[in-house]
Amino acid sequence: MRRQNLTTLFALAAVTMLSSVVSAQSQVNAKPAPPAKAWTMPRTPDGKPDLQGVYSNAQTIPVARPAYLGAKEFYTDETDKEASAKAAPAGRGGRGGPARAGVAANPEGGLAVHYDNSQFGLGGSSITRAASLRTSIITGPEGRVPPLTPAAQKLLADRRAYQQVHQWDSAQNRPLAERCITWGFEGPPMMPVGYNSTLEIVQGKGYVGIVQEMIHDTRVIPTDGRPHGPAEIKRWMGDSVGHWEGDTLVVETVNYNPLVMVQGGPLSDAAKVTERFTRVDANTVQYQFTVDDPKTWVKPFSGEYNMVHIDGPVYEYACHEGNYGMANNLSGERATEKKK
Amino acid sequence: MQIQSGKGRSRWANWVIVGMAGAGLLSLAVLPTPAQAPAYKAPRTKDGKANLNGIWQAMNEANWDIRPHAAYAGPVYTLGAAYSAPAGLGVVEGGDLPYKPEAAAKQKQNFADRLKLDPEIKCYMAGVPRSTYLPYPFQIIQGTGTVMIVYEYAGAVRVVNMGAPTKAPADSWMGWSNGHWDGDSLVVDVTSLNDQTWFDRAGDWHSDALHVIERYTPIGPDALQYEATIDDPKVFTRQWKMSMPLYRRLEKNAQLLEYKCVEFAEEVMYGHLRKQPMEGKGDSK
Repeated sequence: MRRQNLTTLFALAAVTMLSSVVSAQSQVNAKPAPPAKAWTMPRTPDGKPDLQGVYSNAQTIPVARPAYLGAKEFYTDETDKEASAKAAPAGRGGRGGPARAGVAANPEGGLAVHYDNSQFGLGGSSITRAASLRTSIITGPEGRVPPLTPAAQKLLADRRAYQQVHQWDSAQNRPLAERCITWGFEGPPMMPVGYNSTLEIVQGKGYVGIVQEMIHDTRVIPTDGRPHGPAEIKRWMGDSVGHWEGDTLVVETVNYNPLVMVQGGPLSDAAKVTERFTRVDANTVQYQFTVDDPKTWVKPFSGEYNMVHIDGPVYEYACHEGNYGMANNLSGERATEKKK
Repeated sequence: MQIQSGKGRSRWANWVIVGMAGAGLLSLAVLPTPAQAPAYKAPRTKDGKANLNGIWQAMNEANWDIRPHAAYAGPVYTLGAAYSAPAGLGVVEGGDLPYKPEAAAKQKQNFADRLKLDPEIKCYMAGVPRSTYLPYPFQIIQGTGTVMIVYEYAGAVRVVNMGAPTKAPADSWMGWSNGHWDGDSLVVDVTSLNDQTWFDRAGDWHSDALHVIERYTPIGPDALQYEATIDDPKVFTRQWKMSMPLYRRLEKNAQLLEYKCVEFAEEVMYGHLRKQPMEGKGDSK
């Protein structure tokens, strides 16, 4: 275990208990069916759709579509979904099927999850996840993040080569997530993580605030019509401005810090991410995004998932404050060097 | 106009005297007296609450020392006049802090060891109330049923529950905030704060028994009066209160930027574990 934060662990246990109460909620599918009973859009006092509340964006579906499903974008129903999981070739979506969101959230197969979630009672049904008949979060016939451009591949290869030699040299050489700077899942686009996939939306005059439990990152999105900030100011979560299109909150983000990675790709100064938040029923906000960065991917890609209301709360994730692993890892490496 | 007094005064003149005296009383009644709270009435949100939305910042020296203090040299002499402590009148009502004797001694030790101990140097979330008067802006996003308070420093955040009060599930750096309205004042009751944060760079400290009651009161279109009543029976002999105005950031494009300070604290926290010493950025060589 690389990082220990007892407060967080206790918080996780508490989340688990709370979540299990509401885990049986069934949610609308990605293709919203007409709701059974009349539902009217709740609105804030100034008339905007009310998106406020605490949500889980944990998913039952992987980011990228398993290859054996080909161009199949939707399961026909839950039976089809289960049958598909059983019929999956070995090593693909086995052991609990495609519902292992923590693993699914990282297409690189890296350390998206460095805890054994079952150890904390976080596996399977203990997390509230929006039901979905999608076969993957990434939409379209390919259902996966497109290939990187040659330039982006070279950039990554250079970084990896450097890391192979220098990864333990100092704290600054460790991955951003381990340094508690950004996990890359806070986005935008906001993606489910292995655990703590919990967020809260608050709407005030001219602003939408979104706090994400991982790693207590808060997005403050102006909706007052202002332009983006100066391009000189690069930000870990980018520079977001929003506006309402009908009942949908549309957020555009540019000016990312060049070290930010999204789904395995390094965002460039040309990156633009567009998100759409639409409340589709009493418990669900549909979340759609498009990532467009011609310097990094050969074409744009889009994704979609539902966030489901939970009772909350969002716990404080004091990542850096509890990052004992950083000193321990580095001192371990220095001790190893002395033995050589 | 001169009113005649005495025998020759008409009944009409008597009424004039009474009327003028009454007008004088009335005009006295509408003039604010120094003892009264300012009669400012804040603009409303659409649901009728005082509108506290905005980007706010303290403009004082409390983060150096919440008590009255003369200017003094900073702890890193190579930074010279640029990072020394400006003098400040203090924000504690009555000036001094009612420390228990052993707690007062610990503050002095904290100050002596501040380069090692001040949680601000390590980019740790600053807790309540210190987050309010760190020299960075913070933003209030006034929702329905919740009020989000986001701080630029370390990306710290609180979501104040404005519904029926709830209990904290665990202690935390930013604590557990239940709020309600008292007229135009947003009153926030903060509990379950851990014992890792300080009040200032002077080593003023508290325990995990800290209980803070904050009041945010609009006193003009661009200012709030902030009060924090501090109760910590493990450290202080009685409750005490700090107060200060907070000012709206009026720049047309004012916005919270990122101050993700982890990367600025890594060298001071982990530099001794480097493979090669960092060159060119030492503190005093």
